[in-house]
Amino acid sequence: MAAVTFVSHDGEKCEAPLDEGCSLMQVATNNAIAGIDGDCGGEAACGTCHVIVDPTWADKVGPSGPEEEEMLSMNPERQATSRLSCQIKVSESWDGLTVQLPEFQM
Amino acid sequence: MKIPEAVKTKVEAAIPLDRQVQAAHLYDKGRRWLTGTNGQKMFVEGPIPPVEEVALEDIDLSNPFLYRQGRWASYFKRLRDEAPVHYQAHSPFGPFWSVTRHADIIAVDKNHEVFSAEPLIVIGAPPRFMDIAMFIAMDPPKHDVQRRAVQGVVAPKNLREMESLIRERVRDVLDNLPVNEPFDWVSTVSIELTARMLATLLDFPFEQRHKLVVWSDLATSMEQANGGPSDNDELFRGMVGMARGLGALWHDKAARLAAGEEPGFDLITMLQSDENTKDLIKRPMEFAGNLILLIVGGNDTTRNSMSGGVLALNRFPDQFEKLKANPDLIPNMVSEIIRWQTPLGYMRRIAKADTVLNGQFIRKGDKVVMWYASGNRDETVFERPDELIIDRRNARNHIAFGFGVHRCMGNRLAELQLRILWEELLPRFERIDVVGEPEYVQSNFVRGISQLMVELTPKGAR
Repeated sequence: MAAVTFVSHDGEKCEAPLDEGCSLMQVATNNAIAGIDGDCGGEAACGTCHVIVDPTWADKVGPSGPEEEEMLSMNPERQATSRLSCQIKVSESWDGLTVQLPEFQM
Repeated sequence: MKIPEAVKTKVEAAIPLDRQVQAAHLYDKGRRWLTGTNGQKMFVEGPIPPVEEVALEDIDLSNPFLYRQGRWASYFKRLRDEAPVHYQAHSPFGPFWSVTRHADIIAVDKNHEVFSAEPLIVIGAPPRFMDIAMFIAMDPPKHDVQRRAVQGVVAPKNLREMESLIRERVRDVLDNLPVNEPFDWVSTVSIELTARMLATLLDFPFEQRHKLVVWSDLATSMEQANGGPSDNDELFRGMVGMARGLGALWHDKAARLAAGEEPGFDLITMLQSDENTKDLIKRPMEFAGNLILLIVGGNDTTRNSMSGGVLALNRFPDQFEKLKANPDLIPNMVSEIIRWQTPLGYMRRIAKADTVLNGQFIRKGDKVVMWYASGNRDETVFERPDELIIDRRNARNHIAFGFGVHRCMGNRLAELQLRILWEELLPRFERIDVVGEPEYVQSNFVRGISQLMVELTPKGAR
């Protein structure tokens, strides 16, 4: 089964199955991945599902949209491949996807 | 006559802030004399009827006594059920829309293109010349620039440094509390802890920290802004003191930095080291506005969640037992306490274009109030919403921090302070009993507890 790996700030790895059609935030919360809050429930309005996409996957996952960018741009931990995971619709073809979690969700 | 922005900025920059506040005070005295309103209060408290006795169109959520009299929850519920986007045409603050459902509030809060935070986020307007610039009441892109300059003060690196300091202070305050006798939790714990935190954030002289509390309380108690109990003469005198105090702090910090002192992780240092804000002192109204914003933001809010948590756990004693049996619930309980208390009742917007919200036609220029306190009791999102349930599954979906670009900047620091408070309370006290009825603040904005008498039973006392 296709899986995504979440890497915590301390380097700890957690795998979760990639369910087609779910957002990456839902994948994380459904699998109780620590470090993804998703306070607004998937509206790109809180910024608490921030992930940093592994650069080798950045093209496949795609860049952030304008709404998402407004929340990300205020985040001091923001990096080049930062995304809000609630805005990423996952695909089963992404087996091996790796994303890094920030130290804190703002 | 419209004064060009550039001229206004130049004039403001040339006159020290305390002088400007004094001039505003004179203007306000003149206004009160001319209009014959001097000494008159806008609001005199009278009993508020049960919501069933009020016609729908007469429901006025701007009444600053709704919270104090405990009627607010039933008023919000009726609007959520019967008119979730409700128009009040004749309030003392003029006409305004009330948005009371969780989903509608998120829709408005997210949409800054249509719903502007400018020029103010309270229902009314402060006295003239007191309506100073703060980024909570600015739209992007100006908002983003100013917020970015100060956001770092609550960045992870700072929070890490602060954690041990906060814990040390909480211990100090808790170890000195009276036991087995009544005392006021609000002044002894909630105000004391938040004042110490604020003094640190600003690198403000520690022994003068009570001034920050006074200024913050004055800034949030203006009757024209939110129905508070302020006396305008007292208000203006306090603001002159604040202008001088914060101006002195700025110059003192700049001088210390210039003399080679290691830059601190405080807010003033941050403003002084950011290209966009290093000359903020030359824009005195903006300087004052943004500092007041951060002082108020870090004061009334966490204070009332510190008090509200104690009150809520007394109202729902089974939850306190649950907590004692499982202290790991503290982080989730912190979110639940913030939801239950919702220290700031709402944020206001102005429609920048005609729009439709949940079936209601809102005109360009209309005032729209997002009632966070109601969204947090929305039964379609939270089961048994009026109860404190410390292991509530979706407590984090509360709306008290707001959503979108104006989402609370200090949310993580607030949670950190509350978490540490409860982590340190549990091993010390067997019981925290509220004795007598709490007293509440007069305001339609701040949901504040002004007095909460409690009695502590230490662990192992029986």
